[in-house]
Amino acid sequence: MAVLNEEQTMLRDMARDWARKESPVKAYRKMRDGGAAIGFDPQAFAKMAEMGWTGVIIPEAHGGSDFGYLSLGLVLEECARTLTASPLNASSLAATSAVLLGGTEAQKAAWLPGIAAGETIAALAVDEGPRHAPDRVEAVAERRGDGWTLKGSKQFVAEGDAASLLVVAAKAGDEIGLFLVPADAKGVSVSARSMVDARSHAAITLDGVLLAADARLEAGGADLLDRVLDRARAGVAAEMLGLAVQAFEDTLAYLKTRSQFGEILSRFQALQHRMANLFTEIELMRSVVEGALEAIDAGRDDVPVRVALAKATACQTLHLVSRELIQLHGGIGMTDEHDAGFYLKRARVLENQYGNGAFHRERFARLNGY
Amino acid sequence: MATTEMTRPDATAEDFRAEAAAWLADNFPQSLVGKENLLAAIEGESKPDPEVAAWKRAMGEKGWGTPTWPVAYGGGGLDAKQARILQEEMARINAWNPIGGMGVMMLGPTLLEFASEEQKQRYIPPICRGEIRWCQGYSEPGAGSDLASLQTKCEDKGDHWLINGQKTWTSGGQWADWCFALVRTDTSKKHEGISFILLDMKSPGVEVKPIKMISGASPFCETFFTDVKVPKDQIVGEIGNGWTIGKRLLQHERTNLSGGGRMGRGAGPSLADIARKYVGVDDEGRIADADLRGRIIKHEMEARAFQATARRVTAEAKSGSLSLASSILKNVGARITQERAELTLEIMGMNGLGWEGEGFHPLELGTTRGWLWGKAVTIYGGTTEIQNNVIAKRILGMLDHQ
Repeated sequence: MAVLNEEQTMLRDMARDWARKESPVKAYRKMRDGGAAIGFDPQAFAKMAEMGWTGVIIPEAHGGSDFGYLSLGLVLEECARTLTASPLNASSLAATSAVLLGGTEAQKAAWLPGIAAGETIAALAVDEGPRHAPDRVEAVAERRGDGWTLKGSKQFVAEGDAASLLVVAAKAGDEIGLFLVPADAKGVSVSARSMVDARSHAAITLDGVLLAADARLEAGGADLLDRVLDRARAGVAAEMLGLAVQAFEDTLAYLKTRSQFGEILSRFQALQHRMANLFTEIELMRSVVEGALEAIDAGRDDVPVRVALAKATACQTLHLVSRELIQLHGGIGMTDEHDAGFYLKRARVLENQYGNGAFHRERFARLNGY
Repeated sequence: MATTEMTRPDATAEDFRAEAAAWLADNFPQSLVGKENLLAAIEGESKPDPEVAAWKRAMGEKGWGTPTWPVAYGGGGLDAKQARILQEEMARINAWNPIGGMGVMMLGPTLLEFASEEQKQRYIPPICRGEIRWCQGYSEPGAGSDLASLQTKCEDKGDHWLINGQKTWTSGGQWADWCFALVRTDTSKKHEGISFILLDMKSPGVEVKPIKMISGASPFCETFFTDVKVPKDQIVGEIGNGWTIGKRLLQHERTNLSGGGRMGRGAGPSLADIARKYVGVDDEGRIADADLRGRIIKHEMEARAFQATARRVTAEAKSGSLSLASSILKNVGARITQERAELTLEIMGMNGLGWEGEGFHPLELGTTRGWLWGKAVTIYGGTTEIQNNVIAKRILGMLDHQ
């Protein structure tokens, strides 16, 4: 565990407490069984906003608390442990990062207070296919008078179903720009996709959407998309850490109760070593995930490498832990009645989001010049 | 005899090949290509298609659905070489075997080995014709890996047996006509108190409840027995010998579950093909994602090594020596199956994670459900851990430190 300050400790404890009491896994199960297209419970999200979690990385001047990415990561981790479904990551971390890094003061003032209050749900729309490929953005923004016309389509936009604001990556001349697109603008159509994690991953079509001159995030520079994505990736890694920790704890608890051959399973050395290995991997994962979030907060120049390390490690470790979760639970973990399958399914979605392990290993190598 | 068969001139084999090809051409309509319901065993039969029914009837009458079983009990009576030729000829025209299920894979071979002549005459022919669906009543809530701790009671009531208890993970229990089960006929001994019994699922007192799995399907049930009366002649083998018979049957199960060499051999597109489609290739035709490519290579090589081992085990068994390598087949087969599913999912990216509905190709949705379902292969039929115990203790002679 990173060394936390008093505010961070309080925030984490509050998040842990709330998630356990107010947003247990059975709340997620209820949401899934209800088949809500938006993929979360708006009342629960309203409570999260009330507690200030939607404004953790937003400056006080725009209605946030400016606690930073590590702090938000702690909340995401705790919420992920009980599979809390909410747009916190997509809206208050990923899309918010775009406005923070690329927005003019006017753009920040226009959008951040709404996000901080939980009233505006924003989503980051980059990928256009099933695999993360930010260098293959084909959506185009063309100049039209003072403003822009946007054409293209986006796939698997996290929380796209409930978003009122879309942050869309599109080619603008030789660059890839990020554009603020109200979801109710003419020419925007959103269709829901039903995925294994029962969360929102919308397909979005942009059919000649007319945008005003101030729709583009102008302040970020040429590498804006990369920097935004690195933050989004770190946020996803924090969520993955929460899944891994809980999957591990559930497995450990099960091994201490299930008995076969007249012996509690946790007394079998082969299983003890498996658990010791998982524990080891998760500790390594925690170090690099927290390290990435701290690097963002500190404004370090090695954020990209640290994020690639964090996401690649998170993918590898959560993959392992989620498989062991099922295997070590045996048949009971294969049933829908048990929660294990939820963690497995969510794990694979997050492994894919913003680049899988292979993507980030490749990125790590390139960033390090080999 | 065996020598004559093994040195049979190729001309005879070619005659059989011609005979098989002609019969298949007459009986397998090409309209049935690709219509095999691979999930029938875990989803129940879909509505009967008259062409499928006719094909099943033809294969059942010919006995070729169970090609190597004796003709006397409805099998095809073929030797191993002929059976392989039949398989090749079927593959050549994409014909599939309509006779299957647990009766073929597990119960039949066990009955051939342990059942009385009357039992063989009664139970095996309907298996060969694919008329009776069998389910397995082994596991119980408290008896999974430690199967021998099973508690379902089977009492001798003079003119019948009386069964009380609960089974779980009863594959296809909700569609099964009959069940082969391990029951406790003696509570004073652990292994020697178990008997192997056959019972009609329509008997009064049998109740099944499907279990919904993470894949969304319900291929298993909980099965409850409340004062179920079973005729005296339905115990197979000696009373108290059920553990031996049940374990033998599990060996058949493990051989089948290991994929029996079917894996990675032409069943569907290769991982490389799927990767070419979803990931693309570089200028030299290599899969564009080098990291993924490396893992596909490793997987394909392991699958080849597995197939080579499965062939070696078969060859050694035919020559009369039981291969120690047979003990690794289930674990390796299961590992390869799961790795293939995980790699397919990774290749497909988010398209491999759809649950239902718009935006996903049926093959993608099938991949997802198959991946979830496949998490069971390292659990059922003896978990990977139990298989490793068998290897360590029985084969390597490594005993517990106590």
